[in-house]
Amino acid sequence: MDVGIVSYGAYVPRYRIKPEEIGRIWGADGVGMGRGLGIIQKSVPSPDEDVITISSEAARYMMDRVPEVNPQDIGAVYVGSESHPYAVKPSSGTIAEVIRATPNLTAADLEFACKAGTAGIQMCKGLVGSGMVKYGVAIGADTSQGAPGDALEYSASAGGAAFLIGSEKVIAKINKTLSFTTDTPDFWRREGQPYPRHGGRFTGTPAYFKHITSAANLMFEAMGTKAEDYDYAVFHQPNGKFPQRVAAMLGFTPEQIEYGLMSPYIGNTYSGAVPIGLAGVLDKAKPGDRIFVVSYGSGAGSDAFDITVTDEMKNYKKENAPTLEKIIENPVFLDYALYAKYKGTIMMPE
Amino acid sequence: MREVAIVGTGVTKFGELWDKSFRAIGIEAGIKAIEDAGMSGSEVDGVYFGNMSSRFINQQHIDALIADYSGMATRHVPAVRTEAGGASGGVAFRQGVMAVASGMNDVVLVGGAEKMTDMDDEGIASIMDSTADAEWEVSMGLTLTSLYAMIARRMIYDGIATREEIASFAVNAHKHGALNPNAQFKRPVPLETVLKSGPVAEPLNVFDCAPYSDGAAAVVLVPVEQAKKMGVDYVKVAATAQASDTLALFQREDITTFKATTVAAKEAYKLAGIEAKDIDVAEVHDDFTVGGVMALQDLGFFKRGEAGKAVLEERIGIDGEVAINTSGGLKAAGYPVGAAGVAQIVEIANQLRNKADGRQVENAKYGLAQSVGGTGSAVTVSILEAI
Repeated sequence: MDVGIVSYGAYVPRYRIKPEEIGRIWGADGVGMGRGLGIIQKSVPSPDEDVITISSEAARYMMDRVPEVNPQDIGAVYVGSESHPYAVKPSSGTIAEVIRATPNLTAADLEFACKAGTAGIQMCKGLVGSGMVKYGVAIGADTSQGAPGDALEYSASAGGAAFLIGSEKVIAKINKTLSFTTDTPDFWRREGQPYPRHGGRFTGTPAYFKHITSAANLMFEAMGTKAEDYDYAVFHQPNGKFPQRVAAMLGFTPEQIEYGLMSPYIGNTYSGAVPIGLAGVLDKAKPGDRIFVVSYGSGAGSDAFDITVTDEMKNYKKENAPTLEKIIENPVFLDYALYAKYKGTIMMPE
Repeated sequence: MREVAIVGTGVTKFGELWDKSFRAIGIEAGIKAIEDAGMSGSEVDGVYFGNMSSRFINQQHIDALIADYSGMATRHVPAVRTEAGGASGGVAFRQGVMAVASGMNDVVLVGGAEKMTDMDDEGIASIMDSTADAEWEVSMGLTLTSLYAMIARRMIYDGIATREEIASFAVNAHKHGALNPNAQFKRPVPLETVLKSGPVAEPLNVFDCAPYSDGAAAVVLVPVEQAKKMGVDYVKVAATAQASDTLALFQREDITTFKATTVAAKEAYKLAGIEAKDIDVAEVHDDFTVGGVMALQDLGFFKRGEAGKAVLEERIGIDGEVAINTSGGLKAAGYPVGAAGVAQIVEIANQLRNKADGRQVENAKYGLAQSVGGTGSAVTVSILEAI
C-alpha cells in the first residue's frame, strides 16, 4: 500500500518583527544578531492566535484542497507542539471538531521539542499503513517561546502546517521514514516555566548536527541514495544558518533547500518549522520530484523522510487554498512595544 | 638545590570536548607526557595538578581523583592539586619543580586540566568572575571581563596602547593558532573582525576574550643529572618564580601594570642569569588581549607604551623580535584554565626541543611562560633553557 500525503495546508501569522528592533530594546547588536542567525525577520502571533487557531487555519486549508475527502473518514488527529495552550486539555480535540472529524477518531497532543509534527506524520503513516484508519491528520505548530533578551528571542516565532495522510489519491508518497533518537539535553523547558533554557553552543555539534546527519545518513543507506538523487531537501531550521550548514555537510546544494528554507523570513516556528518547509516545497514540486526531509527535536531526535511527488499532484486542487508564498506576503511589522503587548509580556491588572 | 629538567610533554586537543570526561582528558595528557619521556607511570613518585574550580564538574578532591585514575593511588603516590585562579597550572609547575629541585621527589608528573563546557555559559562566567574579589568587586556587579575592560580603558586613556593595538593581540594569537593542530580555533582573523565582533565589556569585544575550553596538559620532571642518563631530548628549567598582589584591582596604585608580573619576572631573570632581551619565545597569559599587551611590557620585552605598537606591527610573530604565543595562546589555542599554565610550559619545552612542528622558532635558546590569576593577583614566570 502506498501511503503518503493526500493534502496539506500551512499558516503563518501576519505580524513580523526584525532582529534590529529586538536588539534596540536590549542594547544589543540586533543587526549582527540577525546576520549571525540568518534571520531577516520573524513572525509574531496576534493576541488572539495560539497553537489551536494556527493549527485550525492550516487544517482548514488542508481540507479545502480535498473537498472530495469526507472528514468523517479521518481516524486520527495528532498535533505536535511545544506551546499547546493548555497543559491539560487537548488541542487535537478542538482541531478535530474544526475540521468536522469528530467523534469517531483518536486524537492526541504530541511533544518532542521541535519534531513532534513529523512524529505525528510517522504515526499517521503507521495507522494508515496498518489499515487501522483511512486518513490521519498530523500537524506541527507553535507559538514559540524565547526569554526576553535571550538569543532565542531573535528567532522564536509562530506558524504551523497540517498534513492529511492516507493511501488514496496520494500526492506525495512517503517511500521511507526512520528516526534517530538519543538522550541529549541541549534545550528544555520544565513544567510551569514560561521560557525554555538551552545549552548554548552545545545545541550545535552534538545535538542538531549529530542527529540530523545521523538520521540522514541512515536514510541514504536504507534507500541507497545520495544528496544528488533528490530535487528538494528540507531540514529543521532553528535559524537560517544551521540548515544551510547541515545541507552542505550532507552534500546538498543551496538550490535544493531554497524552497524549504523559510526561517530567514518567518523565524523558528519550532514544531512548525519542517512541516512549513515541506509545505513550501510541495507548493513548487512537480510529479516525479523527490524530497528529502529531516526534522530535529531537542532532547533529542530526528525523523527522516524520503518522499516522491506522484502524478496525482496534477489533479490536486492546490489553488483552493493560498500557497505559502501568498500567506507570508504583505507582512505587518511591529515595534517592540506592540510585540510585547501581543506576546502578553506586559503585566496587566488582575 | 638540584637542577630540574623537563623530559616529557603531553597535551590534549583544546576545545568543546563534550564526548570526554575531566578524568579522561587529564589521564590522556599524563600518558602522553610519560610516553614522550620514554618512562613508565610506575616511576613517578609525585603528582602536582593544576585545576581552577571544582564547581565546573562538581568534584572536590581532584588530587585524589587524578592519583586514582592515573594508577598512582594503589602505589600511594602523593598528589597535590593547586588552585590560583588562572595561574593554577603555572603554580602546579612551580611546585613540581621545587619538589624535584629540593630532592623530595625524583620523578614528578605535573598536570593541569579543566572541563568547563559541561556548564551553561552563565555558570562558567560566574566561576571565572570568582577569581576576582568576590566581596569587594563581584558582589558590586563587576565581572572579570569588565575589570580587564577598565584596564584597557585606562591604557587607552593614558596613551599606553590604542584600541587597535590591543585588538591586534588577537590577530597574532589566531595566526599562530592556525598552525597548532590542538588549538580550539585554527582560523586566522583580520583586525577588522576583532574590532567589529560583538561587545562584551567596552572596549573589549568577543574576539578580545579567550574562550571557554576543555583540555589538559602535562609534563614530566626529573633532575637534570637523571635526564642526561636517560638519553632523551630535555630542556632545563632555568628559573621559576611567583609573586602576589592585591586580590582587588582597585587597591592597586596603577592598573596598567601587573606588579606581580614585574616582580616574578625580575626574580626569574635573576635566577636564570639572563635578561628579557635573551628570551626568544614566550607564552604569555592572554585571557584578554589587553592582558597580553600588558605582559609584553611587564616582562620587559618592550618599553611601556611600545608593546601595543609592536603587536600591531606584527613584530611578535614566529620570526619576530620575540615570538609570542606560538601555540595560539589562551585566545586561540583555548583556555581550559587549570591546564593553561602547564600547556604554556609544554609549548615552550617543545619549541626549545625543536618539536614545534609548523611553528618552530629557529635557534631558540631561552623560553618564558607567564601565568596570571585573576587581575594579576597571582603570577608565575618560568624560564626554560634549551640544552
